Order: sequence, then structure tokens, then C-alpha cells
Amino acid sequence: MDFAIDFLFEPLKEIWEFPIFFVEVVVGGILTGVMYSLVALGFVLIFKASGVFNFAQGAMVLCAALTFVGFHELGVPQWLSLILTLGVMVALAFAIERIVLRPLVNQAPIILFMATIGITFFIDGFFQMVWGEDVKRLDIGIPKEPLEIGGVLVNTFDIVAALVAGTLVGVLAFFFQSTRIGRALRAVADDHQAAQSVGIPLQTIWVIVWSVAGIVALVAGIMWGSKLGVQFSLALIALKALPVLILGGFTSIPGAIIGGLIIGVGEKVAEVFWAAKIGGGIEDWFAYILALFFLMFRPQGLFGERIIERV
Amino acid sequence: MNFARIGSALALAAFVAAPFALPTAANAQANEQFIPSLSYRTGPFGPNGTPFADGFLDYFKMINARDGGINGVRITYEECETAYNTDRGVECYERLKAKGPTGATAIVPLSTGITYALIERTAQDKIPMLTSGYGRSDGSDGRVFPWMFTLPATYHSQMDAILQFVKSKEKGSLKGKKISFIYHDSAFGKEPLPVIQRLAKEEGFELSEFPVPNPGVEQKAIWLRIGRQIRPNYVIMWGWGVMNPTAIQEAAAVGFPRDKFIGVWWAGSEQDVTPPGDAAKGYMAANFHGTGKDYKFMRDIEATVIKAGQGTGEARHVGTVLYNRGAINAAMVVEAVRTAQERYGNKPMTGEQVRWGFENLNLSPQRLAAMGFEGFMPPLRTSCADHEGGGVVRIQQWDGKAWNWVSEWIEPNRAALRQGYEASSMQYAREKNITPRDCANQS
Repeated sequence: MDFAIDFLFEPLKEIWEFPIFFVEVVVGGILTGVMYSLVALGFVLIFKASGVFNFAQGAMVLCAALTFVGFHELGVPQWLSLILTLGVMVALAFAIERIVLRPLVNQAPIILFMATIGITFFIDGFFQMVWGEDVKRLDIGIPKEPLEIGGVLVNTFDIVAALVAGTLVGVLAFFFQSTRIGRALRAVADDHQAAQSVGIPLQTIWVIVWSVAGIVALVAGIMWGSKLGVQFSLALIALKALPVLILGGFTSIPGAIIGGLIIGVGEKVAEVFWAAKIGGGIEDWFAYILALFFLMFRPQGLFGERIIERV
Repeated sequence: MNFARIGSALALAAFVAAPFALPTAANAQANEQFIPSLSYRTGPFGPNGTPFADGFLDYFKMINARDGGINGVRITYEECETAYNTDRGVECYERLKAKGPTGATAIVPLSTGITYALIERTAQDKIPMLTSGYGRSDGSDGRVFPWMFTLPATYHSQMDAILQFVKSKEKGSLKGKKISFIYHDSAFGKEPLPVIQRLAKEEGFELSEFPVPNPGVEQKAIWLRIGRQIRPNYVIMWGWGVMNPTAIQEAAAVGFPRDKFIGVWWAGSEQDVTPPGDAAKGYMAANFHGTGKDYKFMRDIEATVIKAGQGTGEARHVGTVLYNRGAINAAMVVEAVRTAQERYGNKPMTGEQVRWGFENLNLSPQRLAAMGFEGFMPPLRTSCADHEGGGVVRIQQWDGKAWNWVSEWIEPNRAALRQGYEASSMQYAREKNITPRDCANQS
């Protein structure tokens, strides 16, 4: 009983006593959540347009960051490295469509999912073989000093990352909602065969969507890479995007953002105020618990499309 | 039953098996010492495992090139990729343990998880296991762990030494101070907990503990707690891989001074301080050997291996912290073989003979000078009961370009640590029904 009271009320008392600190934790959670959303967006794009859960999204983040830094280390200016890396990501999208996806058109989603697992291991291994497995420093000039705004500590880097993610979401939302290609992407996502029957070129659509996911991966790779250093572990941040997707829905771009914010804030508040009561280190699995909780009430996620099937 | 067909099959089997049998016969006569290399060049810890593996193998290459092997016995080796996974580590061990004319000389698992998985297997196979700077600290008690060697220092020694260093910076007293301990939430990270918890009571400092889930890419919550609420005098970190640069960046993000932040020796390499850039300036870490190339054995490696185009990896790794750590591990194995040869003769040594070598190592200042290790590591001496041998630790600080010493060699409180080792090893002995060796009767 004492433990229950301690577990439930002590943290609330602490929040009440230290409101500024609570705000700092929430702001930190929001800014971290935006970084998760950056990765989650790549998953959403491909799932939205092809119904495929792209297991390789984390590997694409690693591949994009490695290529960007790799070119730069060869003496190429950063702006040109960016362009060259975009080219590599588009070329990768072409290759994936031609070699892996095209032969699997109309196969069950689980087959395509397994194909993306194969792609993951290929990308992880191949790009590390090309660029090396060393930890690489990535400095894009964003200051990382702490700032105090109204007594609340925030980090300049996190604010810039949030702005970048916000801009990217705006562009993607416009692309999906207001362009012909965006509408075609959504049609393909609903039904491959029906989309093909009305003349939507499936192969082209897949190349476009994998290219866009590659570009999102590049942005995520640059932001996370300048935070952690460019190394294999970048591929693991995909694990941080999964609860975001479960919560926000696999088909919603705003869902990826809102989901990221809820997961970011939820795990930070839980870790800071509740973790010590049960031994600490809970933020990783707490994110999944939070996502599962939402799943019970909205299986399609907060913003996902409701699944209606005729039987 | 068709006996003719069975006879033909047996003849065919003998024919097929013959090429595999022949090298075994040849191996029995080969004047070679086989040393397996369990490495990890892939996966999340690959950036750290690669320079270590390069240094480990380059040292053997140097011994072969410079000295013609260990007293004329050439070293052979084979690398096996574990990806820092325990199951793959065990698989590598099983694959390599019987290779070479006398089987594996010693196993260097390079992972606390693999170490734990191999304790009983190495004892059964009579192969010494060197866990230099990782693994079980109580493995230093040779009475209970006859096949395990923790030289030159354990995590327990290291934690004791780090706290002595902090104490010296705090005018000789830790009473009333706050120390936060942030650790990888694994057997590795938890290993020094008994020491820091005991010393918190004895020294009177306030300890706060923060486990970080693997791999440690997100630590903002922990650092907000540390930097904005607890505001400790010092933070000590037991991290590995991406956890380390992330922690340094988050420390900077909450404005925690890096010169009050000390990492384990697995958080004190170039790989840890490169990603944070300037944010890592002032950060400190423990170490049990020198860094850089300004040692005779390093010059020999450069001359006989690197310049000869025989280097295992990229030349820029030579002289980095983890490359040098690979080299010191290799040197310990070589010296154990050399010591064993003094007793058993200049020929390939078996695992049992190498164990005797490990138990009777005497790396005196003269021997270190002969090895080209002068200034690289302090002397150490092992025994049947004491498999740690040295235990001294030094603190280094990153200035933005290089690691520099900021302490002398620190001798941990060996008596107190030994008590802890023995209590823990005896508990292990009871659980496993092991009768501890009587070291008084060991020759």
C-alpha cells in the first residue's frame, strides 16, 4: 500500500513542487518526439503509398547519413554532398523497385515486408563496406549550447531540429493532399490492382515514394547523425519510431508528428518522475506500453484510417 | 544388405576425409601457437571493436616479423566475428577452440556477456580466458576461477580508483558530495555497483543511479534529472558504444561541466569523443595503458607491420586508445606463452601450460622494457590466487585533440576489493559446487 501511494502520488507532488522542471521535461520530450517523428515519417510514406511496412527505413537513415558524410570526407562541399546523396537515395529507390518490388507486385504484404528485411541487411552491410564502420563526426553548423527561455532550459539544436521536422511535414502534407502524384500515391495505397486498372503506373509510384522516403531518411540521418555521430547505431533509431507509428497510425503524416510528441513527452515524464520508483531505465519500454494502451482503444492509431473490410 | 555398396561408401568416406585428416597430422608437428581472435567489426559496437581487433592481430604480426614468433614458435591466428552477440561468441569459441597443433592458446572474448557464457566451457576445455578490463571482477580469485584472468585491472579496481581520483579533487573528502552513476543497463554496467554503493556508505557521499537501456541513443530524461535537479558534484559513467557520445552531448545540453564527468575505460576512446566535437573537451575517462604511438613496441609495429603493408586495418587507427588496448591484450597472451615456455620448453604450449604462464606472469620494469612497454603500463605480477595482478588505473582527459594524463597511476584499495572478490567468488563456488583450489600446494 505504501509503495502504491509512493508510486502514484510522490511524483505528482514533485511535479507540483517543481513546475519549471516539469515544463523543462515536457519541452525536452516534445523536442525529442519531433526527432522520432522524423524517422517515423519515412515509414508512414511507404506504408501510405504501398501498404508495405518498410523494415529498411532505419537502414536507409544510416545509408543516407553515411553517404552524406562520406562524400564530405572526400573533400566534397556539404551542399554538393547533399545533392549527391539525394542522387544516391533516388538511385537506391530505383534499384529497390526494379530488383525487389517489381517481381513481387500483388504479393501479400507479409512477402513485401520480408523483402524489406532483406533490403535492411543489404543496406547495412553494403554501405558500411563502402564508407567504413568508423564513427564519423557530422557538424552542420547548428549550435548545441543550452539556452534558458523564461527559466526553462532548452537546446538550440533541438529547436532547429523541430523546425526542420515541422517544415518537412508541411511539405509532405501538401505533396500528398494537393498534388496529382500525391493522390496517385494514395490510390495505390488503397488498392494496387484498382490503381493499375485506372492507369496509375505502379512502378513509377513506387520509385517516387521510395525516393521521397529516402529524402526523409537523409534529413533524419543528418539530424540524428549530428547528434549521435554517424555510425551503425543510427539504424537502431527506427526502434524509437515504432511506438510512434503504433500510436499515430501507419498512414497519417500528422499522426507521425502527434504520435512522436506524445511518445516523446510520455517517456520523458515517466523516466524522470516515475522511473526511480521501480529501478530506472524505463523510457524505452514505457513508449511501447503507452502505444499499446492507445492501441486498445484505437487499433488503427490516433490518426490511422479505420480498417473496414467486407466479409 | 549390400556389403559391396557399404564398402564402397566407406572407401569414398575415407577418401573424402583424408585431406581433412592430413592437416591435423601436420598440425601436430607444426611449430605454431594458435590464438583465436573473437572480434566484432559489424553491428552497433563495430566502430569500437574494429581498432581493438586490428591492434590485437598487428601485435602478433609484429612478434612474428620482429622476433620470428615466441622463442621461435610462430603465432597463427584466426578471426571470428561475434557482432558482440553472446550466441555468436560461443559459436566462435566452439569453432576455434581445437584449432592449431595444441588447440586455442587462450580466449579473449571481448564482451562481458560472452565471458559469462564461456566460464564453464573454458574450464571444461582447459583453455585460459583473458578478460582484460571487463567480465567478472571476482574472476580475479584464481582459487575459484582457475581458468579466468582479469589482469591488469577489473571494473571494481577501476571504480575504486576513479573515486579516489574524485576524492583527491575534493580536498580528500567526499562527505556530503553528490555523485551520479549512469550505467549501461546490462551485466557490464552493473558490475561496479557493489563498489560504488559500499564506498557511498563509507565515504558519506550521496549516490544517485541511472540505468540506460541499450543502446543508449536517447538519454535526455536522465540528463535533465542530473543536470537540472540533482546537480551532482561528479558524474561517473559505465557506457559502451553510442551511449558514450550521446551522454557527452546531453551533458553539454544541460550545461553539466565535462571536467566533472568521468567515464569507464570503455568510454574513453577517440570513438567516444569525436561525435560531440568541442562538447567533449575536458571530459575524462579511466585507462589502464598508454595512448599514442610513442612507445618502442608501437614503433616496432609501425616498422615491421604497417610500413610493410601488413597492417590488419587502417593505419590511422594505430596508436588510438582501442588499438592500443588490442595490442596490450595480445601482449598479455604472448607473455603468458613466453612464461610457460620457460618452464615447459620452447615449443607450442597447451592451454594448461599457458594457464601456468598466466598464473606466473611477472611483468617487472625490466621485462616491460624488454617488451618495449616502458611507460605504457605499470608492472604487474600474478599468482595462483591473484589473477588480476596489477589493478592500477590512471585518469586521462580529452583536450579536443588528444587524451592527456591528469593523474598518476592510482592504486585501488586492494584489501577491501579482495574481500569483495572472495565473498562473491565463494558464493559462486557454493552455487556451482566448486571446491576452491588450495594455492599453497600449487607449484
